[in-house]
Amino acid sequence: MIILSIKALKNNKNKQMKRNFGILMVIMMLSCSKDDASVPQYVPTPLALETPALFEQKILSPIIPFNNPQTVQGVALGKKLFFDPILSADNTQSCATCHAPENAFTDASQFSDGIDGVFGNRNSMPIFNLAWNYDEKFFWDGREFSLEHQALQPVENPIEMHNTWEQAVGDLQEHSEYPNLFQLAFGTPTISSELVTKAIAQFERTLISGNSKFDKYLLGTATLTPQELSGFNVFMDETKGDCFHCHGSDNNPLWTDNIFHNNGLDAVFADIGLGEVTGDPADNGKFKSPSLRNLAFTAPYMHDGRFNTLDEVINHYSEGLQNSPTIDPLMKKVAEGGVQITTQEKSDLKAFLLTLSDYEFINNPDFQN
Amino acid sequence: MRRLLAIIVLSMVVFTSCVEEDVPGLQNTSVSLNFKHDWDGANVSSANFNTIQYFNENNDELSIEKLRYLISDVTFHKTNGETIVIEGYNLVDVTNDENLTYELPVQIPIGTYSNVSFTFGFDNTDNIDGVYTDLNSASWNVPAMLGGGYHFMQLEGKFINNVATEQGYQYHAIRAVDNADPMNLVFQDTFFTVNLGEVIVHNNSSVDIKMNIAEWFKSPHQWNLNDFNSMLMPDFNAQVQMYDNGQDAFSLGTVN
Repeated sequence: MIILSIKALKNNKNKQMKRNFGILMVIMMLSCSKDDASVPQYVPTPLALETPALFEQKILSPIIPFNNPQTVQGVALGKKLFFDPILSADNTQSCATCHAPENAFTDASQFSDGIDGVFGNRNSMPIFNLAWNYDEKFFWDGREFSLEHQALQPVENPIEMHNTWEQAVGDLQEHSEYPNLFQLAFGTPTISSELVTKAIAQFERTLISGNSKFDKYLLGTATLTPQELSGFNVFMDETKGDCFHCHGSDNNPLWTDNIFHNNGLDAVFADIGLGEVTGDPADNGKFKSPSLRNLAFTAPYMHDGRFNTLDEVINHYSEGLQNSPTIDPLMKKVAEGGVQITTQEKSDLKAFLLTLSDYEFINNPDFQN
Repeated sequence: MRRLLAIIVLSMVVFTSCVEEDVPGLQNTSVSLNFKHDWDGANVSSANFNTIQYFNENNDELSIEKLRYLISDVTFHKTNGETIVIEGYNLVDVTNDENLTYELPVQIPIGTYSNVSFTFGFDNTDNIDGVYTDLNSASWNVPAMLGGGYHFMQLEGKFINNVATEQGYQYHAIRAVDNADPMNLVFQDTFFTVNLGEVIVHNNSSVDIKMNIAEWFKSPHQWNLNDFNSMLMPDFNAQVQMYDNGQDAFSLGTVN
């Protein structure tokens, strides 16, 4: 349309009209050039996630919010924040206090104590492969949508860091380094809770675990023992362990469905889990299936950390199931207590499960303080 | 003024040309398939889940807690015998109200079709182990020890068993396999073609496909949940009976 208009003006004897149009165009060009030249837009360096080969082959791409792309500076800032106790009210606890690298970013306690020595009632969740949590529901009960929103909670939780965001942001703003780091990561030295959690979420998305012995086996670079292979068969056999319906498989390297189930822990619930979030009694007693990766480092197990060992976990599914109205239909032979696998099958299953542990992940220098 | 008029006329010609480029759209149209579910005529949605309220043909009282199934290769059969095959699949997830509408990825010529069909599950050409990243992500796989590939349906819930106790069931449909000899699996195809009958495709057509869930328990095999409730994937006979019972589960609903 602009071209047509120019042609019209060329043939128009009204010079005043031509002159006015010319002035208008010059103003427009000046306006554009002024925007481009006066304030060069700072763009942090993009950083792609290092997606494991099996993830590329087998599952959908990771979820990265359009308004929080991964950057070198954002991840570096997030890592510093993750390990810095400055976010807690008395500067004694960082995210890493309850999410330590050597424990696949959980801790070894049944329940974690906050800065006031008060214990929670849920086991600290491990942190890895969170960008592949497609529904983006976080916590054992799925109460927070998105990793950024999840990261908002612990700072103000009275039994965790027991701080206020106003105080935390104020401390960061007064810090000698942080304003500049936020400038580098987000183009502004003005710190906010939104930017803090964006940075932490960026770092957390880099915590990718995909190099266990079983991953290497699937890629043809490692060999499983006969016992580990037998254990995998127990895992995949619907008449034995039948673990694959909720916990992934050789075709789903997340080793979780990230869905909420009542796995028969209790006949009466002390903690109703998802039901508290949805208000639907049909969700009572349901908690998110955790990934089975890195079990060698993440004891104790279950949402309330009731099982100290993998043997206890396996025994639960074999003969310890408790019936309740919301128990998942996938929990078989509930009247008999469970799937009733043999002692040898239990041992084999445990051997297989431990092949999902990723020692490179917990020792990755990029993930250490 | 005459030049200005000429420009306006020229502009109109340009705009008219743009419209003419869209003329094929008058012959081809988008088609969406809507999956509806009922229990012998009573509508079923996720809102009806988790309550024991349905009676199957065997008079077992049951609930539904999960229902997912896969359809593939929707095919439009022209009256002249030609077919339009839509390569692809749709995982209907009633539990989470996802993919209840399947917008076909290509446009279909407007007109009358003697039949519209689809495959329940995957045929053997498409049922390739581990190749569909979205289905892997949805944990829809079948273990390699049962031949690999993918589930066709997962229907789960609870029923009142013959000792008056709630018990879980998992009615999972896959390709039937006899794994008595793990080194020599014997298969029987259990995917099947659903023929919906004549469909007239209008502009932006919407086609309802109905599944009567009760049919899976009804005929020709009256399904006794006390006998068949768990570990049905490796049960060759159960899979064949699911295949038989599923033949009448689907029908054509409203077409707009």
